[in-house]
Amino acid sequence: MCGIVGLFLKDKALEPQLGAMLTDMLITMTDRGPDSAGIAIYSDAGKGLAKITVQSSDPGKDFKDLDGDLAAALGQPVTMLIKDTHAVMEVPLDQMEAARTALTHLRAGIKIMSSGETIEIFKEVGLPKDVAARFQVAKMGGTHGIGHTRMATESAVTTMGAHPFSTGSDQCLVHNGSLSNHNGVRRELRRQGMTFETENDTEVGAAFISHKLKTGETLGNALEATLTDLDGFFTFVVGTRNGFGVVRDPIACKPAVMAETDQYVAFGSEYRALVNLPGIETARVWEPEPATVYFWER
Amino acid sequence: MQTFDLAAKGLRELNSSLHALKGTTNMTEWEVINPKGAHAIAAGVDAPVDITVRGSTGYYCAGMNKQATIRIKGSAGPGVAENMMSGTVIIDGDASQYAGATGRGGLLVIKGNASSRCGISMKGIDIVVHGSIGHMSCFMAQSGNMVVLGDAGDALGDSLYEARLFVRGSVKSLGADCIEKEMRPEHLALLADLLKRGEADHKAKPEEFKRYGSARKLYNFNIDNAEAY
Repeated sequence: MCGIVGLFLKDKALEPQLGAMLTDMLITMTDRGPDSAGIAIYSDAGKGLAKITVQSSDPGKDFKDLDGDLAAALGQPVTMLIKDTHAVMEVPLDQMEAARTALTHLRAGIKIMSSGETIEIFKEVGLPKDVAARFQVAKMGGTHGIGHTRMATESAVTTMGAHPFSTGSDQCLVHNGSLSNHNGVRRELRRQGMTFETENDTEVGAAFISHKLKTGETLGNALEATLTDLDGFFTFVVGTRNGFGVVRDPIACKPAVMAETDQYVAFGSEYRALVNLPGIETARVWEPEPATVYFWER
Repeated sequence: MQTFDLAAKGLRELNSSLHALKGTTNMTEWEVINPKGAHAIAAGVDAPVDITVRGSTGYYCAGMNKQATIRIKGSAGPGVAENMMSGTVIIDGDASQYAGATGRGGLLVIKGNASSRCGISMKGIDIVVHGSIGHMSCFMAQSGNMVVLGDAGDALGDSLYEARLFVRGSVKSLGADCIEKEMRPEHLALLADLLKRGEADHKAKPEEFKRYGSARKLYNFNIDNAEAY
């Protein structure tokens, strides 16, 4: 199974509540997958700044003085916000790639969850309510976000195997389903220079889209290409710096419900996830069509 | 009228109250409020009661229904009225995938659209959809009738047995062994009755539909195809 929720806000007044709304939606989907949970939240770091979210299984050791060490390595100011096993580092935007490289050299135990101008990813093994509480997701504001609760099929139940997967700046992907040709696609993408953290099928889906974007394709075209090049079952929800997209495979057996009002576009694996959203009674509610790309951008 | 607040009392209490009716009852009018997309609402009912669900439902609402009339004043999630035996299920909104799957009897009315696999493997149920149906609908449908006032998606009636399919609009593609068939007087009469019972007789006339059925070529192994295996 797996449960997906997503929210793309059109009404600025709702932005402070994004984390609270997504948390509520994700907890409702708990019984679709209790193995691990994760959330990607998009909110502006501020002009000229980038955010890098890092994870450590030994945060007491790895995050100690990490901001100072990174600032020294870059010769630039760095701020750090620690949340449980994750920390969000803010660095000058033009130093983002240098900071990613420096971080992996500074601390061997650190994994990079995401980097970009707006994205932050928090994910861990455990139930959505526990994972959301550990990272205080309900207190976070933002413009759009995606949440996932996992029932593992294709790879182990680990932090890195949890969704969302981020394989490009400000990009993330969550998946309900399973891909059957992921080993072949991963080999091809590795040849093209993409790197992988896990043996997970969804990471291949994310890297496939990131690779297309890297070669200059639009997100719409990248999502279209999943329909021809990826074999298996999927409902994908993707996030970018300013956008939010949905695509389902042609068989479309993995469920999906969407709702749109003047205030938001929302996605849920089931309608249950949407019932507490404001104005849901009068929202346009529909199931995304199979093999059809949906995309919203601000 | 029994009003049941699902948000306050929970699904198990609702369904055990409905199952306890066991065939006959003087509590014939039920109303379920705050369904909020919950799963298996009023599944397994076996009593001549009238149940109105005020809102949208999740997986398997009205599954295995016998005798009851169940009205959904919203949209229904996957597998609504799955394996219905008898009775009537009426959905005011849309239905998700595999509505009425494997249904053996009774009438399912969907006033909006149904998504993929509507009536898959149906075995005697009648389904009337006021809108359109998605791909792979009536796959391996064995008996019963499907009426669609709108359009049908890809691969309608793939590997069909003896169910009768009536579609007013376009059919994106027919599945293997499903063909258009002539509409004879008995089919027009059947359709008139189904439209009336499906609360659609004010929206469409029997003459506007085309009939689809099995070419019956997959029924037996064809020795000429032996080399293909």
